[in-house]
Amino acid sequence: MANFYTDNPDLKHHLTHPLMEKIVALKERNYTDAEKYDYAPLDYADAQDSYDKVLEIVGEICGDIIAPNAEDVDHQGPSVADGRVTYADATQVNLDACRKAGLMGMAMPRRYGGLNFPITPYIMAADIVSRADTGFENLWGLQDCAETIYEFADEDQKKRFITRVCQGETMSMDLTEPDAGSDLQSVMLKATEQPDGTWRLNGVKRFITNGDSDIHLVLARSEAGTKDGRGLSMFIYDKRDGGVNVRRIENKMGIKGSPTCELTYKNAKAELCGSRRLGLIKYVMALMNGARLGIAAQSVGVSELAYREALAYARDRKQFGKAIIEFPAVYEMLSVMKAKLDASRSLLYECARFVDMYKVYDDIAKERSLTPEERKESKMYSRQADALTPLAKGMGSEYCNQNAYDCIQIHGGSGFMKDYACERLYRDARITSIYEGTTQLQVVAAIRHVTTGTYLGLINSYLENDVKPELQGIKDRIRVMADMYAKAVETVGKVEDQAYGDFMARRLVEMAGVTVMSCLLMLDAQRNDSFRRSAEVYLNLAQAEVTKHAEFINTFDPEKVAEYKVM
Amino acid sequence: MSLNIIVLAKQVPDTRNVGKDAMKEDGTINRAALPAIFNPEDLNALEQALRLKDANPGSTITLLTMGLPRAAEIIREAIYRGADSGVVLTDRALGGADTLATSYSLAQAVKKIGNYDIILGGRQAIDGDTAQVGPQIAEKLGLPQVTYAEEILDLKDGYVTVKRRLENGVETVKSPLPCVVTVNGTAAECRPRNAMRVQKYKYAASPSEAATLSEERKALLEKRPYLNLQEWSAAYVEADPMQIGLPGSPTKVKNVENVVFATKECRVLDDSDAAIEDLIKELITNHTIG
Repeated sequence: MANFYTDNPDLKHHLTHPLMEKIVALKERNYTDAEKYDYAPLDYADAQDSYDKVLEIVGEICGDIIAPNAEDVDHQGPSVADGRVTYADATQVNLDACRKAGLMGMAMPRRYGGLNFPITPYIMAADIVSRADTGFENLWGLQDCAETIYEFADEDQKKRFITRVCQGETMSMDLTEPDAGSDLQSVMLKATEQPDGTWRLNGVKRFITNGDSDIHLVLARSEAGTKDGRGLSMFIYDKRDGGVNVRRIENKMGIKGSPTCELTYKNAKAELCGSRRLGLIKYVMALMNGARLGIAAQSVGVSELAYREALAYARDRKQFGKAIIEFPAVYEMLSVMKAKLDASRSLLYECARFVDMYKVYDDIAKERSLTPEERKESKMYSRQADALTPLAKGMGSEYCNQNAYDCIQIHGGSGFMKDYACERLYRDARITSIYEGTTQLQVVAAIRHVTTGTYLGLINSYLENDVKPELQGIKDRIRVMADMYAKAVETVGKVEDQAYGDFMARRLVEMAGVTVMSCLLMLDAQRNDSFRRSAEVYLNLAQAEVTKHAEFINTFDPEKVAEYKVM
Repeated sequence: MSLNIIVLAKQVPDTRNVGKDAMKEDGTINRAALPAIFNPEDLNALEQALRLKDANPGSTITLLTMGLPRAAEIIREAIYRGADSGVVLTDRALGGADTLATSYSLAQAVKKIGNYDIILGGRQAIDGDTAQVGPQIAEKLGLPQVTYAEEILDLKDGYVTVKRRLENGVETVKSPLPCVVTVNGTAAECRPRNAMRVQKYKYAASPSEAATLSEERKALLEKRPYLNLQEWSAAYVEADPMQIGLPGSPTKVKNVENVVFATKECRVLDDSDAAIEDLIKELITNHTIG
């Protein structure tokens, strides 16, 4: 009888952030849907009540079904025969529960059978599901591929495919190939147009999560003879049409319940999604941003579980006549774990709100033209979301790995055994900083916001807030960090050397990241005293990080980058 | 074929998580200290009903419960999971009922609902653990009954086939419809609440609940008739006043004791006849047996 939503009051704190009122009013077009749909909210309070009640269902399914199943799923895993994947038995139970609860297509509009939830409560569900079973979060979370169909497909395709997703059919995004991993421009899967306007796909995809799904988004080369990203288009493949088989599934280190497939396409019928040539440069970029936010949520869910497992063990385990939690070496680890968890969660939901803001304006713009103020606001949130997404994914996934590591450390020798959940979550955590763009690629995505000043602008806007007297000290210290960061950006910027700039990029992005998260925790503490401790603990960590990086940058001779070059 | 299904359910104190203050000094249940929940085995019964509905499109499920007006909560819970409507049978005159009076009252309500194909209920409620109400309702309605059901295997041509979970194995039986089926806790767990239905029906209210609502919410009930849950009195179901509540209950509770099992309940006897005879005498003396 566990509930992973109600047992974690931090979630509600983020769900009720002041910006939500505006997001929901826009999303619900001032609550006019209530006339058309009997499950649409009547006003903001009603909408919040609905999010709360639906997340309670998510929390209950996670606590009572998905989490207790996680060990079996990890042991049994999926299997493949005759080109088709069979999930682990318990995975099927999890999926059935989610379908019956109507938790598929949560963020899709009501006219396709969705719940029309903003991204923020949807991402919260992902955070909760990931805590229950990280691998299952993939299968469930791939529903956000429907977002890409919603944004770019034609109305007929939306009606046919999104409706099915809302009824519980699963999705996959088929991007990676043996020779096209991080470098998706090299995708070779061949798409050939037929006289009737449909397409045929031929080739191989690799590392496709849930590759035997019902509805696939496929990146393929539609323009014969091209070699770069501009020759790629996005296609929708419907499993009912046949032509795609699973050749093998990978034997992975973690997230074992989530089948990672190698797919062969033999004249598979598909339809074009959106316009030709925009597959990679527009649609995959949008798809990836959504997926990255999903991985950020997945990471926070793992961090949450790691912290809880470690805390429970440290309270229970007695050595030298007392519980080990009473030793400073252990309680420091635990409070740092909690601080990283809280910081990455605050960043996750700040990012989700920004995504909500610009996406809702994009959607409204399909119905009417935006006012100049709305356009300006939309643009600002779009830029900020673009800046925070790689931070949330990059740093959130690194923190979840660190927390999983510390969780085992707190368990000592027992943690190294297969007897505790911590070994599973350690394995599950590992992928988060790799897929949907490695941490190194998140730095590449984030660095332009270092140089163009998006992060500094955000930090300054956070510091414009008045805070309670007891938080003034925190604010003053963040100001010092922000100055160090600004100075480091200036120092690195002065040197006109690409290799040096790339070499320092991660340091600068991390300085921005920890400073942003310090600000967010300060503002959380402003709204809710329970965040005070994490704000303090995180600040100590963040300030030390900023100082360390600043020191490295200040003392580093740009000529010495070559010394790091290993051939 | 569409079916009219009645599910009998009870709102019970959550006796699975009993704290120190669960019982009052006088031995009665301190309901305020225990959360009120949907009786677990009634949820198993609801799941069987929902499966019948899935397999027979157009079927309707009506939840019937007797209790305080707040029992409307479990009707909403059932509707969130897929039931169509519900009735709370509530009346001061029904208070203090034992299983005989309860089954009579519920049987009257079932007659009022009428036109049913199958009646499902949990095996027993966790507050009384009698397992008597379901079978007694069947008797009063003159219907066949299948108890300890674990799964409804099939329903067609006027018959239902049911797998029963018994002490030493399983038994598959077939019964003509209509009939009463009481479902075991070993049956499939009830499905979760559905997100869309929760949003649609969360403001559903019984007349007693509606009386305490704001004007705005009352207006909503008027605008959306499906949000009005039914509340029936003893008179409405034409119950004989002498057969309901305290007057209709031959069972008189003398005393309720909080029995705490100590860990050392086990006593090892030697295998002599004398030792066994001594134990029997002791058990007779302290009224455990005999």
